[in-house]
Parts: sequence; structure tokens; C-alpha cells
Amino acid sequence: MVLDEKDNRNVWEKIGDYFSANSIWMKWYCTGCGAIELPPTMTSRYDMERLGMGPMATPRQADVLLITGYLSTKTLRRVIYSYEQMNSPRFIVAFGSCTINGGIYYDSYATIGRLDKYLPVDLYIAGCMPRPEVVMNGFNELIKMIKKGQAKGWKHYQENYEWYKKNQLDSLGEVIIKDEFHE
Amino acid sequence: MNVMSFVYGFLVLLGVFVFQTTLTGLNRKVTARLQKRYGARWYQQFLDIFKALRKDSTSHGWVFDFGVIMALGGIMATVIFIPVAGFEAFPGLDNIFVISYLLAVGMLGMAMSAAGSGNPWASIGVARALTNMLAYDVPLMIVIFTLIFAFDSSSLSEIAALQQGMGILGWNAFRMPLGGIVAVIALLGMLGKKPFDSFIAPTEIASGPMVEYGGKHLGFMFILHEFMTFIEVSIILSLFFGGGATIWEYMLKYAVLYTFMNIISGVMPRFKIDQAVKYFYRVPLAMAIVQGLVVIFTGLGVTLWF
Repeated sequence: MVLDEKDNRNVWEKIGDYFSANSIWMKWYCTGCGAIELPPTMTSRYDMERLGMGPMATPRQADVLLITGYLSTKTLRRVIYSYEQMNSPRFIVAFGSCTINGGIYYDSYATIGRLDKYLPVDLYIAGCMPRPEVVMNGFNELIKMIKKGQAKGWKHYQENYEWYKKNQLDSLGEVIIKDEFHE
Repeated sequence: MNVMSFVYGFLVLLGVFVFQTTLTGLNRKVTARLQKRYGARWYQQFLDIFKALRKDSTSHGWVFDFGVIMALGGIMATVIFIPVAGFEAFPGLDNIFVISYLLAVGMLGMAMSAAGSGNPWASIGVARALTNMLAYDVPLMIVIFTLIFAFDSSSLSEIAALQQGMGILGWNAFRMPLGGIVAVIALLGMLGKKPFDSFIAPTEIASGPMVEYGGKHLGFMFILHEFMTFIEVSIILSLFFGGGATIWEYMLKYAVLYTFMNIISGVMPRFKIDQAVKYFYRVPLAMAIVQGLVVIFTGLGVTLWF
């Protein structure tokens, strides 16, 4: 993603981005590790509601998909479903080293290496694990990016859908689903 | 009923939206302070609503879309009939039956829309919401019928006016203490505050009826929720706490009552739905019946009894 493009938003998009930046609702996808860093971020110690952020119950309601820790190839499918259920503008924040390059699971057969190949990540929070201070710092950065209109991973996903789809299928392999919806 | 009524109705809607949304934002701060947090900005609720309206939205069919509009329309129509400190858009029509009947349009529109999404969590949420409604409505209606019997009137503004000019002890909540307690407990149920919020339990049934809403649909639901809160608090305020002689008094009383509800909600755990129904049919129902019998057979409360 090219971040230093010229800012060609119109005035309504700028106003919309102001609202988006100051009200971030998150869906946490915490099947890897790292979920334990979020309760202190949310509650009285670090209090993320100050910045207008909060957890939401479903992907439909959320703006940010927060993916913590390693992703196994099995759960990748669910992450993609969740991301595609979200309404744009939507953002992905990848959390922990494993989403960047596989981390300590770099040679595992069961986890994916780079999340960026499958879904458009707007912001990485590096660390194993990132402490709540780092998480807050990362979200401050995300707020700035949304305000400047630089967090446009969702547009990138629409424009390069074939490339993402190909990577996703390569990783998932041939999938045979047998349930009542796919017969 | 002339053009001015409609202009006034529009202004009421705008004013109620700004007032209630601000109050909700301030109450988020109150809840945060209860939990020893700093809390959101006071205008955070506005940002959330406008952000939601700005996003794209997913439709799940005609019923889903139409239900949202129907619910919002029904609720906005109800707001116009609520008397605020003696001002009414349509004088003489602020009957409690008109209001509760119109309110049902909004509530059922919401149920229809949520069920139209086809998500099982939404159906469970709607079922719980209607069960909850049945639970708090029976004790509350008994108390309201007692009031209607006592004062020979079912008009909100008339009942409110009858309580004014006698100080705090003239309020129905103090004339009929048991009824007042029932009304406050029922208001917790109406507002969906803890402990009666099992129908929107976010971690249990993924926020229930709201599960499939996102973007603009969710924004409409938020606006609807602000209006609904105003209607519910206003009914209890007019019937039991004397409404308000001036608009400032009304707003002050309203803010105190709503904040009180939030503080109770902030320190409560959650009832399961069957526990909530059992509770409503045991304690508040008994209190409501006792209050009704006292008013009918002794007349205490109709006249000042102290």
C-alpha cells in the first residue's frame, strides 16, 4: 500500500473520516494469544474509551478487526468471513509478531506467515506480546492515519481482490465443505 | 391542529435528540467514574451516531430495511405526543393509551426488522425483549390503572399538573410509595438497564436484536434508542415525579432520574430472563396489587395523607 499519495478526498469524506477516527468500534479476533492484554487496555488502568474506542459484539457493527497473535490456517477462513461481513470503511489491526512474519511459529505447517498476503492490514503492533502501553500507542497512530485518510486498506482490498483471493485459496487449499448450506 | 403543530413537533424531535444524546454521553462518563475510569468525551455519543450513519450498510432483505424505518417512524411519532412541561404539539391527545399503543408500533417494527435478518441470535433477543416487556408491563399497568382510577384522568399532562404546587411530597411517588417503587423498577426494565438487560447481552447472545445491524441501520437504531429512552423516562416522570412546571425544571428532573437509573445499572449484575420474569411477578406485582387495594378501599394517596 502506498501511504504518501496525494490527499484527494472531498470535504464530506474528510468529515466522515473525522467521525471514523474518533469513534472506533472493534471486533477482537483473539483465538491466538494476546487476548489477555486487552482487558487492562479497556478497563480503568489504560481506559481506551477515552479515545472513543470500544469492543462490539459482531463484525457487522465493528470498524476495526483486531487480530491478535498467530493465525492457524484453519481459523484464517473464519477471519476472512468476519472481514467480509464488516461494512466499509473497515480497518485491520494486526497485533503481535506472528502476524508480521510468523514469529516463533515461522516454520510451522499449521499457521500462516504474513497476514498481509491474505487481508489488507492497516497497522501492525509489533511485540511478543505488546504491552497495553504499546497497544494504546498503536491505536493513537491508527486514529491519526484515519484522520489523514491514509488507512485505506479496504479500498486496496476491493481493487486487488483477485490477488488476495488467489493467496487465500493457495493457503487454504482445496476445501470440501459438507454441511446443510453447501450441499 | 395547524401548521404550527407540525413545526413544533419537528422542533421537539430535534430538541429531544440533542438533549437525550448529550445526556447519554454524560452518563457514559458517570458509568466510567463508577468504574474508576476517565470515560468517553461528553459528545462521544454524537460521534458514534454520525460515524455509524457515515458507513456503508448491509441489507438482509426488504423486511429488515422496512422494519428499521417503521420502528423509527413509530417512535418519532410517539415522541411528538409526549407533553413536556405543559407544552404539547397536539393538545388533548397526550393520553397514556395513545402513547402506549403508538409505542407498540415502534417496538414491533424493531422486532420485525430483527427477525427479518434471519440470525438466530436476533430471534432469541427479540423473544427475550418481548418476554421482558410482558414482565414489567403487568405490575406497571396495575399501578397506572390505579392512578387513572384515583385521578379520573388518563392524560399525562393532567396527572402531572395535579402533582405540582405541593412540593416534593405532592408527587405520586410519595403519595403512593409502593407504586413509586414499582414504577422505578419497571423503568429499569423498560430502559433495558441492568439487571434486566438479558435481551441485549453482548457476550452471551452477541447483542441480541442488534446482531445483524451495521453502518446506517445501526445509526438509525441508535437514534431510535435515544428517542425510546426519552419516551420511557418521560412517562414515569410525568406520572410519578410531577413532570415539570417549567422546561428547565423538567430537564433537571429528567437528568436526575435518568442518571439515577444509570447508577443503579452500573453496580448491578444481570438477571437471566426467567429470573427477571419471576422477580417482576413476585415483588413488584405484589406491591402494585397492595397499592391498588389501598387506593381503592381507603383512598389514601388520592388526597394527601400526611
